[in-house]
Amino acid sequence: MRWLQSVGREVLGLFVDDGSYAGAILVWVGLAVAVLPRLGLGAWDGSVLFAGLAAILVESVLRFAGRPK
Amino acid sequence: MAFGFEQLETARVGTTLVTAFLASLVECVEALTVVLAVGSVRGWSSPLAGAAAGLVVLAGLVAALGPALARIPLHLVQLAVGTMILLFGMRWLRKAILRAAGLIPLHDEQAAYARSAAAMREAGPERSRGWDKLAFAAAFNIVMLEGTEVVFIVIALGAGGSGLLLPAGLGALAALIAVAGLGFALHRPLARVPENTLKLVVGVLLSGFGTFWVGEGAGFAWPGPAAANPDLAIPCLMAAYLAIALCMVPACRSRARAAAVEG
Repeated sequence: MRWLQSVGREVLGLFVDDGSYAGAILVWVGLAVAVLPRLGLGAWDGSVLFAGLAAILVESVLRFAGRPK
Repeated sequence: MAFGFEQLETARVGTTLVTAFLASLVECVEALTVVLAVGSVRGWSSPLAGAAAGLVVLAGLVAALGPALARIPLHLVQLAVGTMILLFGMRWLRKAILRAAGLIPLHDEQAAYARSAAAMREAGPERSRGWDKLAFAAAFNIVMLEGTEVVFIVIALGAGGSGLLLPAGLGALAALIAVAGLGFALHRPLARVPENTLKLVVGVLLSGFGTFWVGEGAGFAWPGPAAANPDLAIPCLMAAYLAIALCMVPACRSRARAAAVEG
């Protein structure tokens, strides 16, 4: 059982360092997939998906940099 | 000259191969460090057998899981695997930016080697019928640990389209051969490999692939020339992620300095 837990932790660790960062990516991907096709953005769907992901990356690294040491 | 379908296919296969090679290179270097440390302290036969056993299990995983994904509808695979690649790639990208900005320490292969060697010395002798179980287990575990990431990358990149599993697998195999060859020729960890730069590049490549596959899986359209040839969106996305990463390194340094002054 302990072995399974450690395998689970290792697999989770492949994708998640910072929970809020990974959570934000998942929420944005879910929202984009569910909502963007209904907005009729045409060729800009993919660009909006990218812009949201880029914003999440920028916010996360700047938040980390601004933390009190 | 027009950029035709064949060139696009070649570019896609080439990008897949290079991404798998670079990502696997990083993981192979980390695994090699521990295998070398174990072998130098406790002898070579058991850790080499452990590493070989790990490689056999990993190759079995790729052989079993890779073709199985081909039976699932492509758009579902792209959506699911694209999301996982995004999580994986953006995690590497974030960490590489923070390391390049000096906010978290760089991975130190020499220190990892020294730690592993010390742990092996402290563990004392543990042999049965000529086998060193501890050395075997240490090498097997590290190969499985680092290799799981390689397996994920190979399967995920291979799932992006028909015929991509082979170049992804070949990229990983080439990295393994290169690192193992160099490591066993030099008999010391490959500390000069610019690991963080590699991680940043791989993070950029995987984030680009992940964004593209999520978009393709969801049926999104892309602007400009990519509207007609969606594959053209891949290098554009990679270039955009690279530009953001390169801008974020000095921005993070400034932000950290400002926070230190305020604090």
